[in-house]
Amino acid sequence: MALTIASREVDGVTVLDLSGRITLGEGSVQLRDAIRDLISKGSKNNLLNLGDVNYIDSSGLGELVSAYTTSKNQGASLKLLKLTKKVHDLLQLTKLYTVFDIYDDEASAIASYK
Amino acid sequence: MSFSLKSTMESVSEVEAAADKLAEEAGLDEDERFRLAMAVREAAVNAVLHGNEYDPRKQISVSLENTGASLVISIADQGKGLDPKTLPDPLAPENLLRGTGRGIFLIRSFMDEVHFRQLHPGTELTLIKHLAPAEGKT
Repeated sequence: MALTIASREVDGVTVLDLSGRITLGEGSVQLRDAIRDLISKGSKNNLLNLGDVNYIDSSGLGELVSAYTTSKNQGASLKLLKLTKKVHDLLQLTKLYTVFDIYDDEASAIASYK
Repeated sequence: MSFSLKSTMESVSEVEAAADKLAEEAGLDEDERFRLAMAVREAAVNAVLHGNEYDPRKQISVSLENTGASLVISIADQGKGLDPKTLPDPLAPENLLRGTGRGIFLIRSFMDEVHFRQLHPGTELTLIKHLAPAEGKT
């Protein structure tokens, strides 16, 4: 399933609800464009909800890292919400779990920006 | 089963689906199927993207076999060759924030054996998943 991205605002935080796969050719570009769009609009507090993302390949992992570094370089904050078990395991395996701020529930994630 | 495919992302999906079917027919559980299909997908992406560089004149050659003891998947490209010794460690602190370089690591993590063979030109990756615990493997 291709990646779909929906955007919403919660207490000053832009939440991107992602659904589908983040892989080379099936979501990496959409994610990159979405992050660039947020940055260009000056959105500083951004949260990626990965609750409906059940597949990320190495390209998708790379895209998450790029999204993180791009945000940081532009003075924005990018955090992750609701990892599925498969994505959680991949982030642990690749040690990226230590890079991102990751939350299981949205309220805690939103509160972390205050 | 052996076949050749164009250097396209559609071919990557085709190889991934074939690997998943092989794993399902071998009776692997969902997690093992996921890991095997992902490893094969990563190998196919390497062949299409880094090996053949999407060159329409080059193909990838794929074989999938259940030997009874193992699932053996080989994917070969016609590119300039890959020396696995030159690949940086994606877990090293200085590489953690790199946007690339995790594909071979994932393949090695998810398979029991991974073999590289230089074809001059090209590289063949052979991925092996043992169906029974290998002697000495922990």
